[in-house]
Amino acid sequence: MRRLAGVEDEEKWLAEGIAGIQHNAFFMHRALDANNLREVLKYSALMLSELRTSKLSPQKYYDLYMRAFDELRQLEVFFKDESRHGLPVVDLYELVQHAGNILPRMYLLCTVGSVYIKSKQAPSKDVLKDLVEMCRGVQHPIRGLFLRSYLAQVSRDKLPEIGSEYEGDANTVMDAVEFVLQNFTEMNKLWVRIQHQGPGTVREKQEKERNELRDLVGKNLHVLGQIEGVDLEMYKETVLPRVLEQVVNCKDELAQYYLMECIIQVFPDEYHLQTLETLLAACTQLMPTVDTKIVLTQLMDRLSNYAASSPDVLHEFLQVEAFAKLSNAIGKVIDTQIEMPIVGAMTLFVSLLTFTLRVHPDRLDYVDQILGACVVKLSSVPKLEDARAMKQVVALLSAPLEKYNDIVTALTLSNYPRVMDHLDDGTNKVMAMLIIQSIMKNNSCISTADKVEVLFELIKGLIKDLDGTDTEELDEEDFQEEQNSVARLIHMLDNEEPEEMLKIICVVRKHLMTGGTRRLPFTVPPLVFSALRLVRQLDSQGGDITGEEVSATPRKIFQILNQTIEVLSSVPCPELALRLYLQCAEAASDCDLEPAAYEFFTQAFILYEEEIADSKAQVTAIHLIIGTLQRINVFGVENRDTLTHKATGYSARLLKKPDQCRAVYACSHLFWVDDIDGIKDGERALLCLRRALRIANAAQQMANATRGSSGPVTLFVEILNKYIYFYEKGNPHITPSDIQSLIELINTEMQSDDNGNRRIHSDPFFTSTLRYIRFQKQKGGVIGDKYDLIKL
Amino acid sequence: MSNNTTGLSGPTRLQPPNNCQNLRRLDRFLRYNYLRGAFKPACNISITFTDGKNRKQVPVKKDNGQMVMNPLFHSQETIAGNVCIEPYQGKKVEHNGVKVELLGQIEMYFDRGNFYDFTSLVRELDVPGEIYENKAYPFEFPTVEMPYETYNGVNVRLRYLIMFVFGIISETILNFASFVFVIFRYVLKVTVTRGYAGSIVEYQDFVVRNYSPLPPINNSIKMEVGIEDCLHIEFEYNKSKYHLKDVILGKVYFLLVRIKIKNMDLEIRRRESTGAGANTHVETETLAKFELMDGAPVRGESIPVRLFLTPYDLTPTHKNINNKFSVKYYLNLVLVDEEDRRYFKQQEITLYRLKDESS
Repeated sequence: MRRLAGVEDEEKWLAEGIAGIQHNAFFMHRALDANNLREVLKYSALMLSELRTSKLSPQKYYDLYMRAFDELRQLEVFFKDESRHGLPVVDLYELVQHAGNILPRMYLLCTVGSVYIKSKQAPSKDVLKDLVEMCRGVQHPIRGLFLRSYLAQVSRDKLPEIGSEYEGDANTVMDAVEFVLQNFTEMNKLWVRIQHQGPGTVREKQEKERNELRDLVGKNLHVLGQIEGVDLEMYKETVLPRVLEQVVNCKDELAQYYLMECIIQVFPDEYHLQTLETLLAACTQLMPTVDTKIVLTQLMDRLSNYAASSPDVLHEFLQVEAFAKLSNAIGKVIDTQIEMPIVGAMTLFVSLLTFTLRVHPDRLDYVDQILGACVVKLSSVPKLEDARAMKQVVALLSAPLEKYNDIVTALTLSNYPRVMDHLDDGTNKVMAMLIIQSIMKNNSCISTADKVEVLFELIKGLIKDLDGTDTEELDEEDFQEEQNSVARLIHMLDNEEPEEMLKIICVVRKHLMTGGTRRLPFTVPPLVFSALRLVRQLDSQGGDITGEEVSATPRKIFQILNQTIEVLSSVPCPELALRLYLQCAEAASDCDLEPAAYEFFTQAFILYEEEIADSKAQVTAIHLIIGTLQRINVFGVENRDTLTHKATGYSARLLKKPDQCRAVYACSHLFWVDDIDGIKDGERALLCLRRALRIANAAQQMANATRGSSGPVTLFVEILNKYIYFYEKGNPHITPSDIQSLIELINTEMQSDDNGNRRIHSDPFFTSTLRYIRFQKQKGGVIGDKYDLIKL
Repeated sequence: MSNNTTGLSGPTRLQPPNNCQNLRRLDRFLRYNYLRGAFKPACNISITFTDGKNRKQVPVKKDNGQMVMNPLFHSQETIAGNVCIEPYQGKKVEHNGVKVELLGQIEMYFDRGNFYDFTSLVRELDVPGEIYENKAYPFEFPTVEMPYETYNGVNVRLRYLIMFVFGIISETILNFASFVFVIFRYVLKVTVTRGYAGSIVEYQDFVVRNYSPLPPINNSIKMEVGIEDCLHIEFEYNKSKYHLKDVILGKVYFLLVRIKIKNMDLEIRRRESTGAGANTHVETETLAKFELMDGAPVRGESIPVRLFLTPYDLTPTHKNINNKFSVKYYLNLVLVDEEDRRYFKQQEITLYRLKDESS
């Protein structure tokens, strides 16, 4: 009837109920004032009869109940005072049972019962037992729940728990527990029963109402948790089994979920730990629709926190084999609850892992075991698509990284990559990035080839295109960041032992080579430099490794490097390849490996000739070549001539005159190296400079012809500086008169310029050059003497 | 105790009591008054008991509804006292003899107004003569055999009014249905026999109550009853014989519940029967209606029973008193479903008076 009624009707009924209570309470108060027991009982019973209504929803009923509750407090005061009603409490206890209707009778009986216990005229356990038993008469769910909740409330401070005045003699804490357990059991039955009433159409409303009532039931568990003197033994033998029996047997989704939650929250951690088996067994027996994973997750979270709270408790975990039990239970839950979404299973694994990492940080095998179970579960479903599940997997994989702060540990987990395989490409990359970031953050060094192999297997999402990835969709910035990370990662791979280091390099190379054209420009340079570092290390160790049958020789490494860079040139990325070749050449030179160095140069030149077409790139390249070649001193005369000749030739064939000019005067350095054993071919250096002058001249004429103004006096000044440099360094072919005539030439060029502005503003570079010469003159000494020969 | 499942009785209604009996009662009431008021008695007769001051008095309800206190005797007691005859000032009383009788009387529904004496003891107190002044006659009936208790029969109205304010039985039906079905009383009758002037008679009621020893055998009542595929219960009362201040303990166990039960009551019913054979008249009265359970139980629930008998006006069970009448008591377990259909099972219990009691 209630179900069909509207809210308005309900309000009306509530108002009527309240009015009824107030009306009868008025007469009850009058009787109380007159100490008239018979009238008090009559009107209190009438008042309580208002609670017999079936028309109200739980919330409204609660309103009504609270009003009656307040009145009952006054009644209790009256009952307590024997001088007011003149009846021993035991007689009173019988008298109230004469009431014809059960609900008022029971409320009165509970009220008198609490007074009875307080009077200590009867053992509290007997009274409590009687009350909880007699309450069975109220089988209406809502009325029964509120009645029993009243009983729980009035008895709360009268339980014979340890330290209570009601404990002792025949009254033990066991009786208190027994009482609360029984009340809990009955309340839960009533609560569950609401669901079976009324038609299915109002199911949703019922669920809501039941939810509102749940705390009435849960309160009992709170009380159980608070009873003083419930030791582990009692909890294990009595409390938990009884509560769980009720939870499991009620076969109600809502109740099971809520009560398990309550159990986990209200009882101490160490109890959970010691009764883990029982608790977990119960979890596997819950209804399939119950969200067991949240329950288990909460349990594990609590245990994890407990473990974290103090190192002293850890041995307890070992003692009870907490991990094995949890792991088993989770396995069972996942197996039995087939409908559980994959995200649920993953959440469970994450919790278990968190637990394991906190409790057994030393047991990597446990971690691996969890990951293994995870793999099994993931393999049983088609490709993972649920974003939330993916998130959980990422969490699962990140947890060990965060815990150990060391990827090396994670690399020993054989199931780790297998779990990663189940991620989609995007997530896989995210995870790979996380791994790399972890390495960077902790500055951890991966030092064996095996580990590197595993690591690259893990981050293969970054290393190469996975099947089905649409490269078009990738964000360029993201991609660059990813590849930069990989590049940084390569520098973290290090081993003091050259043999191992070489292996590492080979492994890395193997993986990187699969990366495709877009990745190689990012990944090859760090690899090359990593290898070069090894080369220099070998070189610095000197000859003590020669003679043995070792694979880690510079020669071998250079071979590998050559092949590696070659791949890059076909990407195509010739400029980069060229730079790397030159780096290698220089390293080879340092190792006194002339053939290797020559080979690298050859490769660089080939690249220059065949691949580098852009004029600007050419300029950059030629300057690099010149610079590198200048520093290399390993070449014999013949090789050197070939190379310098080539370089000079390239310089002269650059497209723009100024570029030509600058390249050519740079070439002059190839013939005069300011080292003790450096080549000192002053004549050819001068030839270069003269050639540069010619080109500069031609350039100026061209400028005059095309634009009517001459710009490149700068070139002359630059050449002048080269002259001064070589003069100062003692090139005998450079004479003061050469310099003087060049200065005059420049002056003439500047004056011949018919642009008026030019005359006023002389070239600052030229001015400072002249200032330098004057400065050297004044300074005197050997250099000063030289400069004195120059007349300004 | 029975393991056989016997049927619960199906839906029934309480029968409204027969109303016409009121008229007879009124008639009788008027007649007594007429007899006393018509002739002015020449003397005042008073009857006192030897131990009257110490003897326990118990309240008895008179016909007009008033309570009076009467002395209490038990079987095998000696009933002794004085009859005092006080002639009114200046009058003499001529008589043909003075006697005191101890009568046990039954008045019954179908024979209203006629008392049937089942016990009659006579003591002649005086030979014919004249009385001029106050005269006291001691009398004694030694060790009188009084096997039956005083009994006032059905009086439905008040029970219901007190106990069942919230009950479902309508008040209006029963409010005026007050009648007496059986009266079983003891009385001392003093007669001053006179000739034509008519005898002067005085009555003194007293109450007889007899104690029973504890019954040597007192089995519990246990029974499984039900309606097939609908409702099966098993109930148990701890005894089959209860004394008047006893408490009925027991439980009701639900084996099968397929109907929506609204509540469950335990009733105490009294059944009076008079006459024999075709002339048998039966009247049943519900003395107590006690709610045991509120709401619908599920299978496996066990509901406790605890009913104190103290608040109810009960008498011992009487079986075939002087071949005239019987009074039996029943516990009636009633289940009411949401459509107000009643399912019940009635079990006889024996009530007895235990020595220990205060009354």
